[in-house]
Amino acid sequence: MAATEETLTSSQYIQHHLTNLTFGWLPKDAALELEHGEHAAEHLSWGLKFAANADEAAAMGFWALNVDTVFFSVVLGMLALWFFRSVAERVTAGVPGAAQNFAEWVIDFVEENVRGSFNGKNPMVAPLALTIFAWVFLMNLMDLVPVDLIPYLFTQLFATLGADPHHVYLKVVPTTDPNATFAMALVVFFLVLYYSVKMKGVGGFLGELTLQPFGKWGLPANLVLEGISLISKPISLALRLFGNMYAGEMIFILIALLYGGSLVLNLTGGVLQFVWAVFHILIITLQAFIFMVLTIVYLDMAHQEHH
Amino acid sequence: MNINLTLFAQMITFAVFVGFCMKYVWPPIVNALAERKAKIAEGLAAAERGHQEKALGEQRALETMKEAKSKAAEIIAQAQKRASDIVEEAKGDARTEGERLVAAARAEIEQETNRAREELRGRMTQLAIAAAEKILQQEIDAKAHQSTIDAFAKQL
Repeated sequence: MAATEETLTSSQYIQHHLTNLTFGWLPKDAALELEHGEHAAEHLSWGLKFAANADEAAAMGFWALNVDTVFFSVVLGMLALWFFRSVAERVTAGVPGAAQNFAEWVIDFVEENVRGSFNGKNPMVAPLALTIFAWVFLMNLMDLVPVDLIPYLFTQLFATLGADPHHVYLKVVPTTDPNATFAMALVVFFLVLYYSVKMKGVGGFLGELTLQPFGKWGLPANLVLEGISLISKPISLALRLFGNMYAGEMIFILIALLYGGSLVLNLTGGVLQFVWAVFHILIITLQAFIFMVLTIVYLDMAHQEHH
Repeated sequence: MNINLTLFAQMITFAVFVGFCMKYVWPPIVNALAERKAKIAEGLAAAERGHQEKALGEQRALETMKEAKSKAAEIIAQAQKRASDIVEEAKGDARTEGERLVAAARAEIEQETNRAREELRGRMTQLAIAAAEKILQQEIDAKAHQSTIDAFAKQL
């Protein structure tokens, strides 16, 4: 990083690592307003473009796309599904090969968890759990790639294309983007709502929301309590994953700040990064597992008549 | 860090992934696992059956052997009985044959004896007559003493 980013201060370095590669529509008045700020550009640029800094990304509002998040999550998800699909195509009930052995190990693990926590009958829950586990694990795994490696190569690539490397952003861990975690949590939440209504009917679902735990005379209190517990499911699901990965990423970035100083600092940074990476292996697996198990449990609660 | 369109992109991506997994990934692998489980259970049951059949076969073989042994013993006993019967029969036959031969021999001997005795008697008579003739030639007439001589001759 020393060669390309020596002009950055520590806070700029951190900021740089925490900004997504955002593509969207930047309105002209917003661009003009930002022009007077610290990120003054030689010439005003506005319209459909990649955000040149975090303020521009924010000014793009809702109609912008975090290209890096989408790219890495799609590639990783396709990688996982490609692996499982290639196994499924050549699957045999006889002696399994190495790939099939591994896939069966993962699937057995997922199925065991589904069987242990989910009492209803739904052919979608187990594949959903497998997708979540494999996908979240792979997205989290990107955290173990050295923080600067892919962004550095990426900025170098763009620098050769003539872009200013300081304004090319890239976040390689999709789960440090709340968009990714909230997207999964919301899909799970909609499934919970759908199956709640499907299993218990609209009346049953509303009854569950309003008639517990204080009976019909405590209806407002029931609605508040049950409403909060319902809404907190997707929020906690999304924020737990996001918070853990964001914090882990942040620590990797802080450790990376140690590099480039004295030999002692370099060595300390190396040791710290190794220790944190080893510890992080546990966290990324655990978070993927927790997301999967909670999804199964929430869907189980949606399928049960009384809870 | 902004919530934006990415949220929807990720939701669609997630839904597509789950759908793909549910349709093309999960069923074949889980079916294969179930199939293998059934195969293993079948194999174990077959092994168990084989064990039982082996034990049954051993028992059957033992029974057959026992039966054969008893049959053999029976046959030997029968054969011995038959042999002793034959010996007894032969003994009986031999005895009667011997007796018959002895009886025949005796009859023949008696016949011979009788014949010899007749001959002897005839000869004796002739000799006695000749002797008496010789004596009587000297003394007496044969015709006068014939009755006396006959009486002697009959005593032989």
